Amino acid sequence: MEEDEKLSHFEQAILPHMDAAYNLARWLARNEQDAQDVVQDAYLRAFRFFGGYRGGSSRAWLLKIVRNTFYTWAQQNRMQHMSEPFDEHLHVVESDDASPETVLVKKADGQLVRRVLEELPIEFRETLVMRELEGMSYKEIADIADIPLGTVMSRLARGRKELQKRLMEIMEKET
Amino acid sequence: MPCEDFQLRLHGYLDSELDPVGSTEVERHMKDCPACAKAYENQLALRSAISNASLYAEAPASLRKRVRSAVRRESGAETKTPAFFWRWLAIGAPLVAATAVVVLVLSLSPRFSRPASEALLTQEVISSHVRSLMVNHLTDVASTDQHTVKPWFNGKLDFSPPVKDLAAQGFPLIGGRLDYLDGRSVAALVFQRHKHFINLFIWPTNEKDSTPTPFTPGQGYNLIHWSEAEMTFWAVSDLNAKELMEFVQDFAVGKPVNPL
Repeated sequence: MEEDEKLSHFEQAILPHMDAAYNLARWLARNEQDAQDVVQDAYLRAFRFFGGYRGGSSRAWLLKIVRNTFYTWAQQNRMQHMSEPFDEHLHVVESDDASPETVLVKKADGQLVRRVLEELPIEFRETLVMRELEGMSYKEIADIADIPLGTVMSRLARGRKELQKRLMEIMEKET
Repeated sequence: MPCEDFQLRLHGYLDSELDPVGSTEVERHMKDCPACAKAYENQLALRSAISNASLYAEAPASLRKRVRSAVRRESGAETKTPAFFWRWLAIGAPLVAATAVVVLVLSLSPRFSRPASEALLTQEVISSHVRSLMVNHLTDVASTDQHTVKPWFNGKLDFSPPVKDLAAQGFPLIGGRLDYLDGRSVAALVFQRHKHFINLFIWPTNEKDSTPTPFTPGQGYNLIHWSEAEMTFWAVSDLNAKELMEFVQDFAVGKPVNPL
């Protein structure tokens, strides 16, 4: 590919997904400065690898790079807190004790939802962000996070359950 | 279906990821099991709490700038002029000069009166069209509703392009996109005719109104260009010239056209 052509092709296909890139990085890194560094680094990598991009969703392609960039960066910075190990087999989704608090959750304050989501273990947090905020399909998420489709569904089940439980706990304490 | 299974598959159901059989099973289970129906309601409540919380973090403008220039720098770093270029320049320069004279002479003769800039633009329009199909980036806003597509351009462009859905005429609107042509941001409307896509590029101009004129630059593409009410229009597609002209007539209703 001609270099100028590569650049303009890249600018049209990949630059428009910067909100998606930043949103994911922001929820992974949990602070703005680190998220910005991750996004910039990811874009430079994406540009270098752009020759290998073979069509398909350009947003998913970019998000995969953003995610990998973040994990590499987190490793280098020895971030411990991001990887609280969470054995999915030990945490089978138990049946819901159907609390009558539906209305309560609906009224959850935005700040509170944000805080609780930020505190979720990273594998649930990223899956929820890709699904709920970015509207990605299970297949896209599976591809980005390099996990089987079934795991996408079980992480969403577990993540939502956890999110709901923690929200309820806090809200019940407050009322 | 046991409740344990339901607790997992409920999520596939919520996310519209189950096949029709799976969805029916989930729905049937909810009818029979109040506890699971309640769990579903709780999930809906959680989902609306999430969407009400406006959790999406948009990229700051400063980051956009920073990334764009970092990528451009990176791109520049990859295009260092190779040494052999200079050697060839010594041989090539006289040749280029000679060619320039020939081109100049030819372009002065009436047969070649079409301005060079227009020929360049024709190429640019085709490239944009091809690129939009190649990189799976046909639309930024995918909608068949002209009242969705038109407002989408607000704030993204310094003009408001005319948007029409021509589904009734057999050219359904697919969506809109921002593009870059002739050194500026332009609106691209995307229409479909059977398996063919049509890109209609629109931007402001001070050219006076002109009738739709077909171009067949080769490469298997047809183009039609016209200006109207201080906007310039370029329609491009691999559709045959006749149908593309029909499209243009439907879009620019009542305009007389130059013959094919």
